[in-house]
Amino acid sequence: MSDRLPVRKTYKLFLGGAFPRSESGRTLEVEGHNVARASRKDVRDAVVAARKAVAGWSGATAYNRGQVLYRLAETMETRTSALAAACGSRREVTRSIDRVVWYAGWADKLAQVLGSSNPVAGPYFNFTIPEPTGVVAIVAPDEPALDGLVSRLVPALVGGNAVVAVASETHPLAAIELAEAVATSDVPAGAVNVLTGLRSELAPVLAGHMDVNAIDVTGADGDAAALEELAAENVKRVVRAQEDRSPWEIAAFMELKTVWHPIGR
Amino acid sequence: MGAVEKQRTEVASPAAWEYAPAPEAREIVSFADRYGLFIGGKEVAPRSRSWFTTVSPSSEEPLAEVAQAGPRDVARAVDAARDAFRGWSRRRPAERAKVMFRIARILQERSRELAVAESLDGGKPIKESRDVDIPLAAAHFFYYAGWADKLEYAFPGRRPRPLGVAAQIVPWNFPLLMLAWKIAPALASGNTVVLKPAETTPLTALLFADVCRQAEVPPGVVNIVTGDGSTGAHLVRAKGIDKVAFTGSTEVGKAIQRELAGRDVSLTLELGGKAANVVFEDCALDQAVEGIVNGIYFNQGHVCCAGSRLLVQESIADQVVRKLKRRMATLRVGDPLDKNTDIGAINSSGQLEKIAELVQSGIDEGAELYQPPCRLPEKGWWFAPTVFTNVAQSHRIAREEIFGPVLSVLTFRTPDEAVEKANNTMYGLSAGVWTEKGSRILWMAERMRAGVVWGNTFNRFDPASPFGGYKESGFGREGGRHGLEPYLRFE
Repeated sequence: MSDRLPVRKTYKLFLGGAFPRSESGRTLEVEGHNVARASRKDVRDAVVAARKAVAGWSGATAYNRGQVLYRLAETMETRTSALAAACGSRREVTRSIDRVVWYAGWADKLAQVLGSSNPVAGPYFNFTIPEPTGVVAIVAPDEPALDGLVSRLVPALVGGNAVVAVASETHPLAAIELAEAVATSDVPAGAVNVLTGLRSELAPVLAGHMDVNAIDVTGADGDAAALEELAAENVKRVVRAQEDRSPWEIAAFMELKTVWHPIGR
Repeated sequence: MGAVEKQRTEVASPAAWEYAPAPEAREIVSFADRYGLFIGGKEVAPRSRSWFTTVSPSSEEPLAEVAQAGPRDVARAVDAARDAFRGWSRRRPAERAKVMFRIARILQERSRELAVAESLDGGKPIKESRDVDIPLAAAHFFYYAGWADKLEYAFPGRRPRPLGVAAQIVPWNFPLLMLAWKIAPALASGNTVVLKPAETTPLTALLFADVCRQAEVPPGVVNIVTGDGSTGAHLVRAKGIDKVAFTGSTEVGKAIQRELAGRDVSLTLELGGKAANVVFEDCALDQAVEGIVNGIYFNQGHVCCAGSRLLVQESIADQVVRKLKRRMATLRVGDPLDKNTDIGAINSSGQLEKIAELVQSGIDEGAELYQPPCRLPEKGWWFAPTVFTNVAQSHRIAREEIFGPVLSVLTFRTPDEAVEKANNTMYGLSAGVWTEKGSRILWMAERMRAGVVWGNTFNRFDPASPFGGYKESGFGREGGRHGLEPYLRFE
């Protein structure tokens, strides 16, 4: 028994539903593992994968998205030990799982809370509904390794966005463990993409990318201003965490569409 | 322009009717020779000691001299707004509401004067300033007045607080209406404002200063600084602002977003557009043609949400274009103060050049131009209503915002193709759908990436209806409950 060598995990990227190495072939030694060091090309591939996933994920019914996210909580629960080992705190894991359950329940209530019907002066049924903005980039904070990412990822996801997340630079293992839970959860391929590596290499590429609609800079620390400046190139929505959990955190990743529908005999 | 002047045959004008002139009397407005800045409840001379002349675009006649605010003037206005913030934000909300109701009433009472002033200074037809701009501006104040003491019901689970001083920059296409869109939600939320009207259309904002006096708006709650783009830049850079709300070009919007990067100033942008107006073969054809005309020729096409790309189903394309050309021939271009005028003056010579340049590019790139026969006045800046057929998606006239009375016609075969083409733009402000099938309106509305979708109508606005863009048309909403959010923070 004591002779047996444990089988170690290779920590790779999560991109388009698969777990590839960085196309650059580079790794970084972090937390005792050789973690993939994503390149600019990996970022662009991740954005392509995310864009492909937008139609399917945002087009799913709200009830379905809620169930899929609830299933993510289930797959996380069964991986509690692995997640706890990666982030160093069982309590953080349970907090994250409960957060996913909480947000899962919002999927089919969002339009009722964030939307409205508007009494216009004319023969129109006028209503406003939230819609996903599209591809969202998330720069996850370094800590907490797991819940820091989950608390930004899930509100973006529940509204129907596809996400490209840059994992914690100093504690990336938890993000990849989470990606494995995502991969087995019925979240469609490409709706969540996780890149590990150097934030200073990856985040600016996302911030300046013309096919990214919004960027969450909560974890960007001192780089936020520079990212915001790059984001202006295509008028990206720049998002920061305001509250620990709230439907308004979801709203920050949503557009509002107003429709004038005619009324007549 | 030479090539543009030609090609005016093809469809004979059905409008042989002559109309006698029916000008609105302009005596109802008297402009001062010179307007200072409106700061701290008073008219003050600019420390910049610099002035410029605002002219009527329909006659090139000078209307008044207006202050060109410099950095010190802007700082002074921001200080005045800062000083007024404490009192205004702590005032009983119901009292704040009453100040705003007064503003709404005074706008209604002075509507004729304001409409004439708007048409004189901006060049838009009096029937539009009279029936659209001014009534909607009043309605906007009335709508948001009612919110002032009900904010805690607007956002469930959140405690709303005002931001502070809002810096607001408005364009020249709907001067007073855009002022109302900016100031009404800001005041209702308890903020104070510094507003910069557009360089070419400052006069109704300056008349609004007098409305504030009549309504007894406390000094410093509303401040108005006039000037060109440099004044706007000073305002965005000013210390002591908490919020920037900008309506204007995408280019300037991006510059503002960059400028504010890393600053604790919240931002909303309402920028350009290149809206698709999608016409299906089962639409009510004549109604659709009216909608197409209203979509692009309303306000000379100086509308960010104008339906400047007509996507018409191939099976009816020829018929629609024929009917459209006939209808265009009945449009009356001329004196903005004439009650029969459909299309007024182009707002400025600079804008006229920009339109002419893009129209020339359309011709050069191979699109087919049509303009109805119409005589344009000698003085002032004018552009005949224009439609391009044979337009490819790659043409500049199909991609760039022209902001003039110029329509580009493209065709499609299937609903999927219509969606694909409608969304093939960096903009996403508005879109239109014409069909007698309700399910199809909603199907298209679901798929078009735009903040406002009109079914069997176009260019319709209401204070209760949130307005704003997707993609590079900006972010944030104006109008409705959602229009309050940009002016609040939450505890």
